[in-house]
Amino acid sequence: MKTKETVIEVNNLVKKFGHFVANDNLTFHVNRGEILGFLGANGAGKTTAIRILTGLSKPTSGKVIVAGIDVNKNPEKVKRRIGYMSQRFSLYDDMTVRENFRFYGGVYGLTRKQIRERMRFYLKKLAMESYENMLLQNIPLGWKQKLAFSVANVHNPDIIFLDEPTGGVDPITRRQFWEMIYEVSDAGTTVFVTTHYMDEAEYCERVCIMSEGKIEAMDTPKALKEKYGAKNMNEVFIKIARNVE
Amino acid sequence: MWAFIKKEFFHIFRDYRTMVILFGIPVVQVLLFGFAITNDINNAHIAILDHSKDVVTREITRKLLSSHYFLLDRYLKSNNDIKNAFKEGKIKEVVIFESDFAKKLKTEKVANIQLILDASEPNTANILNSYTSGIVNSYILNQMQQESGVPLSITVETKMLYNPELKSVYMFVPGVITVLLMLVSAMMTSISITREKELGTMEALLVSPLKPVQIIIGKVTPYVFLSFVNLLSILLLAVYVFNMPINGSLALLLSESLLFIIMALAMGILISTISHSQQQAMLLSMFALMLPTILLSGFIFPIENMPLVLQYLSHIMPSKWFIIIIKNIMLKGVGFNYFWKETLIIFLMTLFFIGLSVKKFKIRLE
Repeated sequence: MKTKETVIEVNNLVKKFGHFVANDNLTFHVNRGEILGFLGANGAGKTTAIRILTGLSKPTSGKVIVAGIDVNKNPEKVKRRIGYMSQRFSLYDDMTVRENFRFYGGVYGLTRKQIRERMRFYLKKLAMESYENMLLQNIPLGWKQKLAFSVANVHNPDIIFLDEPTGGVDPITRRQFWEMIYEVSDAGTTVFVTTHYMDEAEYCERVCIMSEGKIEAMDTPKALKEKYGAKNMNEVFIKIARNVE
Repeated sequence: MWAFIKKEFFHIFRDYRTMVILFGIPVVQVLLFGFAITNDINNAHIAILDHSKDVVTREITRKLLSSHYFLLDRYLKSNNDIKNAFKEGKIKEVVIFESDFAKKLKTEKVANIQLILDASEPNTANILNSYTSGIVNSYILNQMQQESGVPLSITVETKMLYNPELKSVYMFVPGVITVLLMLVSAMMTSISITREKELGTMEALLVSPLKPVQIIIGKVTPYVFLSFVNLLSILLLAVYVFNMPINGSLALLLSESLLFIIMALAMGILISTISHSQQQAMLLSMFALMLPTILLSGFIFPIENMPLVLQYLSHIMPSKWFIIIIKNIMLKGVGFNYFWKETLIIFLMTLFFIGLSVKKFKIRLE
């Protein structure tokens, strides 16, 4: 299902908070089914960019088109087509797995039948069928994280935004998490992921490195490593950070 | 939308401790205020020092003791006993009749009764004083009328309207209703909204197709319902346990309460937009809402006795106006045209808080 169809198109995006420029003239595009890694030190402007792409925040200037819709003009329409999972856990601890699916499914306007089918599908894939009626607070963090990802996907979004989804998760679960990301990407969902783990950056198809509100580099991990003469993404990242200083 | 409201009920009902508190508080508070914390005085211990021991003094003593306010602890023999009687602490009042009481009353038309009160509890002392004077006066008036056969030209007849027995429950119930509606509505909503902020689920909701208005309505609807349940349980207790009347229209009472609930919810939303954590939201509601509600609304302390600054301050307390409204409906049984001004004030405050919180909510999104 991967095509050259563009699902995110950002042109000259600028976001200012007073005199502080959080996003300085960003221009990039993402294709359908692509996995884009969004890297950068804390405060580089990643979160601001995601907030604008998801319609939570309005750009000072520039054009942002997500899933063929102008976010600035029609944020509500965009919101139906995207999924979102934050670094902080976004399911409800005092509800069961099923109730969480029901709730988010309902929020996205799915019918009960659709919700039930999607939930069965994901629980089977995670081998967590027996957890259907368990309260979230009794489930280990790594599993919850995988559930949160499934719930964020419940409405089959065109694009899913993951904001540091694997923070505090053990390496094995992280590996499994990335397998899930590959699966949805193969199914045609674009994955927009921010991370601090450089090994995860290697998994991405393309990587965008931000620093001080600007895009410093954007290419495949392989091309970036060649360009900066680095062995791995970690070195690339450090070299870019030094250049800026 | 419906899914949202249902979810919110899950949060409330899954949290057993909070739920017990939510539904238990009204009952406990009303019972506490109704039974324990009361200004009505029954069976106060008194001592009598009768220097005269004639028909009249004995009759007055009998009258005093036959009211349920006083309980005779002992007769004192001399003035020296008075000090000791008070020192023991049990006796709240000593009634002293001067010698030759009946004789003086007859010949000089004046006889003296001295009351000595334990004012370490000023309220009690005041009330006992007025009870005693009341009983003595009514006896004397009665006597004189019988003897002379002509009614005295000037008599003061006091009639306590709306609360003839001066029951303090009548005073506390409107106050408790106000405080609880404020507590449940404002505090619980502000806490539940900030909890979603803390958990990060608020972000997930904001990027969903739900509009902020829908999120807010979804969050507050259950609390409107809860507040209403609380209101009804307080009213039931007041009517069936304490025999408090609802003289006015019940429908009017409920709709005014709904207005007040909505106002409190708007305040709760406002608090949630300016606080970053649940603790902060709780402290803010406690100090910014609860204390002024209790202290400045006229619930416990009469506003007329406050310093001028505080009197002005009390005008901006919505609870003050709401208490006036409840009292008007429940005790006086008057209709809407008697308190449309108070209603209008609350209504304007509601609009103000809704406007402000919507604005704040939007700013946060920018």
